Amino acid sequence: MSSEIASAYQQLKETSQSRWTDLIQGDKPVIMVGTATCGRAAGALDVLESIRKTLGDDHQDIPVLEVGCIGHCYAEPLVIIAKPGGEYPPLLYGYVTPEIAQLLVRDYVFGEDPSLEFLLGAMETNELLPSMNDLPRSTYEHYIILENCGRIDPDNIDHYIATGGYGALAKSLQMQPENVVEEIKKSGLRGRGGAGFSTGAKWQICRDSESDYKYIICNADEGDPGAFMDRAILESDPHSLIEGIVIAAYAAGTQEGYVYIRAEYPLAVQRVTKAIEQARQSNLLGDNIVGSNFSFDISVFQGSGAFVCGEETALIASIEGRAGMPHHRPPFPAVNGLHGKPTIINNVKTLASVPRIIDRGADWFSGIGLNATKGTTVFALAGKITNTGLTEVPMGTTLRDVIFEIGGGIPEGRQFKAVQIGGPSGGCLPESALDLPIDFDSLRDAGAMMGSGGMVILNEDDCMVDVARYFLEFTQNESCGKCTVCRLGTKQMLNMLDDITKGEAKLEDLVTLEQLAHDIKAGSLCNLGKTAPNPVLTTLRYFRDEYEAHIHDKHCPARRCYNLMAYYILPEKCQRSCDACVGTCTVEAIYQGKTGIKVIDQDKCVKCNTCVEACPPQYNAITRISPLSELPEAMPPMEKK
Amino acid sequence: MTDFPPEITKEEMGKVSLFLSNINSTFSKERSNLIPILQEAQNRIGYLPHEAMLGIAEFLDIPDIDVYSVVTFYNQFRLNPPGKHSIRVCMGTACHVGGGTVIMDAWKRRLGIDKRQTTPDREFDLDTVACVGCCAMAPVTVIDEEVQGKISPTRVDGILLGYQIERKKESQSS
Ligand SMILES: Cc1cc2nc3c(=O)[nH]c(=O)nc-3n(C[C@H](O)[C@H](O)[C@H](O)COP(=O)(O)O)c2cc1C
Ligand code: FES
Repeated sequence: MSSEIASAYQQLKETSQSRWTDLIQGDKPVIMVGTATCGRAAGALDVLESIRKTLGDDHQDIPVLEVGCIGHCYAEPLVIIAKPGGEYPPLLYGYVTPEIAQLLVRDYVFGEDPSLEFLLGAMETNELLPSMNDLPRSTYEHYIILENCGRIDPDNIDHYIATGGYGALAKSLQMQPENVVEEIKKSGLRGRGGAGFSTGAKWQICRDSESDYKYIICNADEGDPGAFMDRAILESDPHSLIEGIVIAAYAAGTQEGYVYIRAEYPLAVQRVTKAIEQARQSNLLGDNIVGSNFSFDISVFQGSGAFVCGEETALIASIEGRAGMPHHRPPFPAVNGLHGKPTIINNVKTLASVPRIIDRGADWFSGIGLNATKGTTVFALAGKITNTGLTEVPMGTTLRDVIFEIGGGIPEGRQFKAVQIGGPSGGCLPESALDLPIDFDSLRDAGAMMGSGGMVILNEDDCMVDVARYFLEFTQNESCGKCTVCRLGTKQMLNMLDDITKGEAKLEDLVTLEQLAHDIKAGSLCNLGKTAPNPVLTTLRYFRDEYEAHIHDKHCPARRCYNLMAYYILPEKCQRSCDACVGTCTVEAIYQGKTGIKVIDQDKCVKCNTCVEACPPQYNAITRISPLSELPEAMPPMEKK
Repeated sequence: MTDFPPEITKEEMGKVSLFLSNINSTFSKERSNLIPILQEAQNRIGYLPHEAMLGIAEFLDIPDIDVYSVVTFYNQFRLNPPGKHSIRVCMGTACHVGGGTVIMDAWKRRLGIDKRQTTPDREFDLDTVACVGCCAMAPVTVIDEEVQGKISPTRVDGILLGYQIERKKESQSS
């Protein structure tokens, strides 16, 4: 059996390699454009069109590939140009516009000028040019899960196979399933979906459950409203995921698989569907996969936009066609899941790690990261940070290194205030927690959670009460309504936070708020309710003074809370001759005062910040004032002559 | 959450009948097909009118209320007809701290409708989304599937003006 699989795979690989080399034609230049959603939003499709147009009919043979997320989202749109046999390694260009793209094609693809003024860095270390690997951040990063993202064409299975893809599957199929489970156990892989449960142990439970039929589901619901790394993998490297699913299916003895993708990710749905189709054609799915006697297939299920459906039992209910309400565990899905059958549910990142572990061995994987948590973790950096985008670091890296070394710190000379990690189930950690090595357990001890890996950085302009209120509003909306404490408790907490942000609360309310938070944690069935109070509890723990300022002084220290803040034009700074703000005000709330300076009519102002942006920086005359009691009396309007 | 939906148009009714008459050629009568059927119906009709939900319940032989409960549970399903252009304001974390609420307010103010509603002329419908993965460009609004980054209240006015001009041109040429 074993030799048949090996030769079937060898044949597959050779076919793919020859098809792939035919496509890129060895010595021809190759142009790659990052067209994941992040790139598209920045205009990557226009860049793509401009490249195709500049190449014109005469150069249709130069391949232009659409690749996924290259990770440097702050510099989108990104273009990579490789000229095999040329002087330079593949080069990465950032902030590319259609015009720049045209220049790049003319000067570097047709000509020999690498247009260094648009260069972000070379893709490989070399003697001539600085490479992306020489950036200080790369000493902290370690790409395993994301290693293919932005480097291969997600729509072309040949590219994946030609670079060794599905080799781990062929290797697994030549092993006994138990040994595959053993290998994953030995690697120490823990689920990346939030809770950090041992992946090998989960597979073992499913394997050991007696049943004639078993399922595997890949959880690609990614409901955290500040996270996008699962999407990047689905859009940029779908075959790694599919390979991981098939290996898991073989190891745990399941017959049928689903990828549960949220409908808000149309491009991900499209790319995964296409990848499955291609895998079927290459006999990597279906009957007798690569010449083995293992048969298995996958279909895509589109989630319909409910955060709670990321919870595994709710997700199952949703595939069964019911409202996504969680139920009590045990029984765990690995024993009794979809349609009552044993079901493995794993996160995208978990499954995408699997082929690499099988390929390079459990010992390689367990050599990375911490004792308690092996491997790497992926973060989506967003908010008030210089380098927004994706990064992958070994477990145990400190938050400080991720934010300041990789993320490049806080832009515009502002001060770091807090990092929100783990989304609605996570928490806000202050400066003092930054030296924490990142790991499931350390974050839980600090009151936050690894969650999905969304990391939103906040600066001094962000109000912590407002951030807590934001997350609670989210979970309150998304509570499925099954447990009373979750449904009504979160609503009560939200009302109290509303009162605080309006300056209408009493100090005793903080005690009630904390009490209620603990009750919700204790009385909820699923982790949505059990973790919903975390954002409030962590902000109360680390930023209590801000809550007190809102209550006591009706003062929002960040001057963000709508009801406690007003815009004000400083008379000593406003220039009589300028009326930039008057023209831009979207609600005509600014008038000329008696002395000719501008004044805001507070009854009309909707606090949209437009005037602040319009006010010329040399005047910088508009400010926010909190508490409202400090707002000077408005000057009457200038009399009309 | 949902206002009473407006009356169904003749054209929509036609789409509903067409969908219901073809339903059994694409789907089997299994309860687990409910969500895919609803997704397909919404794709075809644009939203889920009463008549469609009743027909689907009958097809699957399940109580009407089960269909209604699933429809109202998931954010994806809409009981209101879509506008010609869909406006989706990102309310993800990064967009929130980047001023998403201000942008939502600007859209509401200019369109004169609330979240999950459609303008009376059926030109625009307004809703929120949670993180479309372009946090680097917060605050973000998705207009007809196209992600627009770094939105400000003045951009909102500009975008709407663009549509206004387009419509004027159309009505002049027709
Ligand atoms: C409210 C809630 C939302 C969740 N959302 C997700 C999600 O979006 N993606 C995910 O992989 N896991 C999510 N989980 C965790 C899953 O229940 C489950 O633990 C996970 O998919 C298991 O995969 P893993 O072992 O690979 O981590 C969520 C849990 C809860 C309670
Ligand atoms: S939060 Fe709006 S795009 Fe991510």
